[in-house]
Amino acid sequence: MIRVELPAHLRALAHVEGEVRLDVERQATQRAVLDALEARYPVLRGTIRDHVTQERRPYVRFFACQQDLSHEQPDAPLPDAVAAGTEPFLVVGAMAGG
Amino acid sequence: MSSVRVLVGTRKGAFVLTSDGKREHWDVNGPHFGGWEIYHLKGSPADPNRLYASQSGGWFGQLIQVSNDAGKTWEPAGNEFAYDGVPGAHQWYDGTPHPWEFKRVWHLEPSLTDPDTVYAGVEDAALFRTNDAGRTWQELSGLRGHGSGPHWQPGAGGLCLHTILLDPGDPKRIFIAISAAGAFRTDDGGTTWRPINRGLKSESIPDPNAEVGHCVHRIALHASRPNVLFMQKHWDVMRSDDAGDSWHEVSGNLPSDFGFPIDVHAHEPETIYVVPIKSDSEHYPPDGKLRVYRSRTGGNEWEALTKGLPQQDCYVNVLRDAMAVDSLDSCGVYFGTSGGQVYASADAGDTWGPIVQNLPPVCSVEVQTLP
Repeated sequence: MIRVELPAHLRALAHVEGEVRLDVERQATQRAVLDALEARYPVLRGTIRDHVTQERRPYVRFFACQQDLSHEQPDAPLPDAVAAGTEPFLVVGAMAGG
Repeated sequence: MSSVRVLVGTRKGAFVLTSDGKREHWDVNGPHFGGWEIYHLKGSPADPNRLYASQSGGWFGQLIQVSNDAGKTWEPAGNEFAYDGVPGAHQWYDGTPHPWEFKRVWHLEPSLTDPDTVYAGVEDAALFRTNDAGRTWQELSGLRGHGSGPHWQPGAGGLCLHTILLDPGDPKRIFIAISAAGAFRTDDGGTTWRPINRGLKSESIPDPNAEVGHCVHRIALHASRPNVLFMQKHWDVMRSDDAGDSWHEVSGNLPSDFGFPIDVHAHEPETIYVVPIKSDSEHYPPDGKLRVYRSRTGGNEWEALTKGLPQQDCYVNVLRDAMAVDSLDSCGVYFGTSGGQVYASADAGDTWGPIVQNLPPVCSVEVQTLP
């Protein structure tokens, strides 16, 4: 079970409160987690990753375990603590609001 | 009794303003989608309770929202706007090639007859259509494929397709406008397009009389005479009497012929409205006076409409999609400002008053006249 924390705007879009908990059957990577997230909440397609390129949107960042994972490869394994569900995978809107 | 619903898109959400036919007392509902930019929302002429909204933001991109109950509740629709084929390149601000990249939906134009069909004008400029109430969108790629695309360049707001006019007398004829490419027309339902910019003159492009490259800010028509088009260009107010085949200037005695919106009275096809702005580098009204100008002669002869509008120390802007008219008798005229005011006139512009004064900056204003 993977824990995902979404920013407020995306929680509102998906009609969720608090963390999202996802069962990811394959190895826990950014791509696997986001695939599972978008499968459960199709409204989030295109809001975190580009529809066509599947690249992270420029003002979205991924944090976990006090690390910035935004620039990791999408198929790189996530930290063990995220895969084990002891730490959340954070989807964060970049601090660009002034 | 008739009523009016004003749909307002702002930098931080959407608002729905309603009044009875007297248009004296207003209910303000919103914000919907608080914190998101709502470039435009518009109702279906075929089903006034069906509304479409363009919701976007720098962080999380583009969404399309649909309401079937006049804006009380909304559901997200499809948000994938994929260019047809290899997108290619347009000009960047410095004239170098720049790849076509989808950024946002500027304008949604519902079909006149089918509530599930909507056209979307997007940045980077292209026209999309849905036939399933927004679930899926397909590009009408004959527009970008017309051949002049590599010569299109962005205006200050981006390379945006911002105006879509559906000809009420000919379902295969559509007019669109792009900043900064110009106006285009299709006569076959969107398969093929041609530029309709003959007569436009723009000093800020290498050839002032070029076929494309003009920064058209807005075009408007009256449903009873769809061959007569009015245009607010970057500079110059223009008129065409032949469906855009040729244009001539009708700026006349305006204090400035720079501006963004232009609209036509609901019952008088020769009565048009603009909001003069001092210049392209200042983006506020001349002399600090917010004045709508009305011509009852289809241009050239203009009168200032000032009663109820601020006539000193006013430095707001009115964007291209932020003016609309209702079809009551007498015609109501509405516009929103970058200062968050929405002004209304229930007497065709003779007198004005604010409906609301402290919204976020207004991107768009649309009006529905309800039975």
